[in-house]
Amino acid sequence: MRVNVTVNGSAATVDDVWEGESLLYMLRERMGLPGSKNACEQGECGSCTVYLDGLPVCSCLVAAGQAEGRAVRTVEGLAGADGLDPVQRAFVDAGAVQCGFCTPGLIVQTHDLINRVPDPDDAEIREALAGNLCRCTGYEKILDAVRLAAARRREDA
Amino acid sequence: MEFLRPTTWDDALAARAAHPGALPIQGGTDVMVELNFDVRRPAALLDLTGVAELRGWDADGDAIRIGAGVPYARIIAELGGRLPGLAQAARTVGSPQIRNRGTVGGNLGAASPAGDSHPPLLASGATVEAESAARGVREIPVGEFYTGPKRSALEPDELIRAIRVPTAPGPQYFAKIGTRNAMVIAVCSFAVALDPARRRAGTGIGSAGPTPLRAREAEDFLAAHLDWDGGGPLDDVVARKFGDLVAGAASPIDDVRGTAAYRGHALGVLARRTLGWAWREHTGQTRREAS
Ligand SMILES: Cc1cc2nc3c(=O)[nH]c(=O)nc-3n(C[C@H](O)[C@H](O)[C@H](O)COP(=O)(O)OP(=O)(O)OC[C@H]3O[C@@H](n4cnc5c(N)ncnc54)[C@H](O)[C@@H]3O)c2cc1C
Ligand code: FES
Ligand code: FES
Repeated sequence: MRVNVTVNGSAATVDDVWEGESLLYMLRERMGLPGSKNACEQGECGSCTVYLDGLPVCSCLVAAGQAEGRAVRTVEGLAGADGLDPVQRAFVDAGAVQCGFCTPGLIVQTHDLINRVPDPDDAEIREALAGNLCRCTGYEKILDAVRLAAARRREDA
Repeated sequence: MEFLRPTTWDDALAARAAHPGALPIQGGTDVMVELNFDVRRPAALLDLTGVAELRGWDADGDAIRIGAGVPYARIIAELGGRLPGLAQAARTVGSPQIRNRGTVGGNLGAASPAGDSHPPLLASGATVEAESAARGVREIPVGEFYTGPKRSALEPDELIRAIRVPTAPGPQYFAKIGTRNAMVIAVCSFAVALDPARRRAGTGIGSAGPTPLRAREAEDFLAAHLDWDGGGPLDDVVARKFGDLVAGAASPIDDVRGTAAYRGHALGVLARRTLGWAWREHTGQTRREAS
């Protein structure tokens, strides 16, 4: 089938989409956007998190056809003309990236958190990231990165 | 496979009737797991996310009618005051990403005994509004909706339109046992709802039987033995007996998440604890900030 979807601000038409495939598969395998990662395909790990009409969701659990007419924003769509998004910068600076497989999902989820909650406390950060698994870092540096991203954003505001 | 995308409720019902092999999909948080792992290969997907009628809720007399497509995140944000039991259960579902997509309609459609909506829906006496193109609307009391593990009273040509939940007439609490605070399928769960004006109590048990169930004997016991007008603290003997009756109403099994014996014990504890919270709220002591 054909799916019309806006991805990272650009309208796209994707052909030959299988009716049972996920939005994650369509993004990665048909649209050349491998930033969102496929680690579990069952909603458990959050590596595939993207914005769908402004809400973070697991793209592995959205049928590609459900994205018809909707707006998707992936990790590839966060960086601006002047370089990395502040959340991405903070993950690099805080040493929150090891193998990097979990990182795209964590970045999108953190991006959403600090948009909604400019000064999240630790409980709010843990709650927001409860659906994102990391097998490498032990999470401490990830929490540091979220605090750093939030603090920098408040300074800039 | 076909992908059906109705944009009105009438079209959705017509598609349901015309394509018996089509699997409805709302948030997809159950359906897509099955598709991704090849557990199911339906002839078609019937996508309900384009149907505007399912996406809202409204106050309807002294009940709230929640469209089948309202995600948990909105129930938490918009209905926590009026439907505290359901909102508390919604807060424990999966993760933020899952709560942005998953719906009570989908939880009912899946009819898993472990689904977290079921105990508060049972405790508060909710009804499921099912509809077919051929026979119109049917109101199913939620206690009659669950017919077996992952089986429900929904007919093959019916869709869930909405869930009607009475606005809480008193304190409501939900609690769930799992290995983490997030991302857990309940080992067991319990909901209690008090209706002080009518001197009635409702209960709902999850993950401790082939279907979600009520503990009717425990409800009758509370109705008769709570000191409704007294305003004093909860009698420990009443709380214990209530816990025992709830545990006795369940028919849990041993599985990977826990043993039957553990579930029975844990249910008794959850029942006493949630009743304690509800009674404290009823008697005007500080309301526990539900989390
Ligand atoms: C990582 C993860 C964690 C989870 N954690 C929890 C949890 O903590 N607690 C819990 O209860 N559940 C949990 N679930 C299961 C799932 O999220 C819930 O059951 C959710 O309520 C399903 O809603 P949905 O809209 O996504 O349903 P879908 O997946 O879209 O549909 C589920 C079923 O309902 C049917 N259906 C959907 N809408 C209708 C309708 N309007 N009429 C008739 N049938 C319909 C579908 O055909 C399907 O059989 C989890 C799932 C995942 C992937
Ligand atoms: S790949 Fe989607 S949650 Fe793991
Ligand atoms: S950095 Fe490897 S999984 Fe998180």
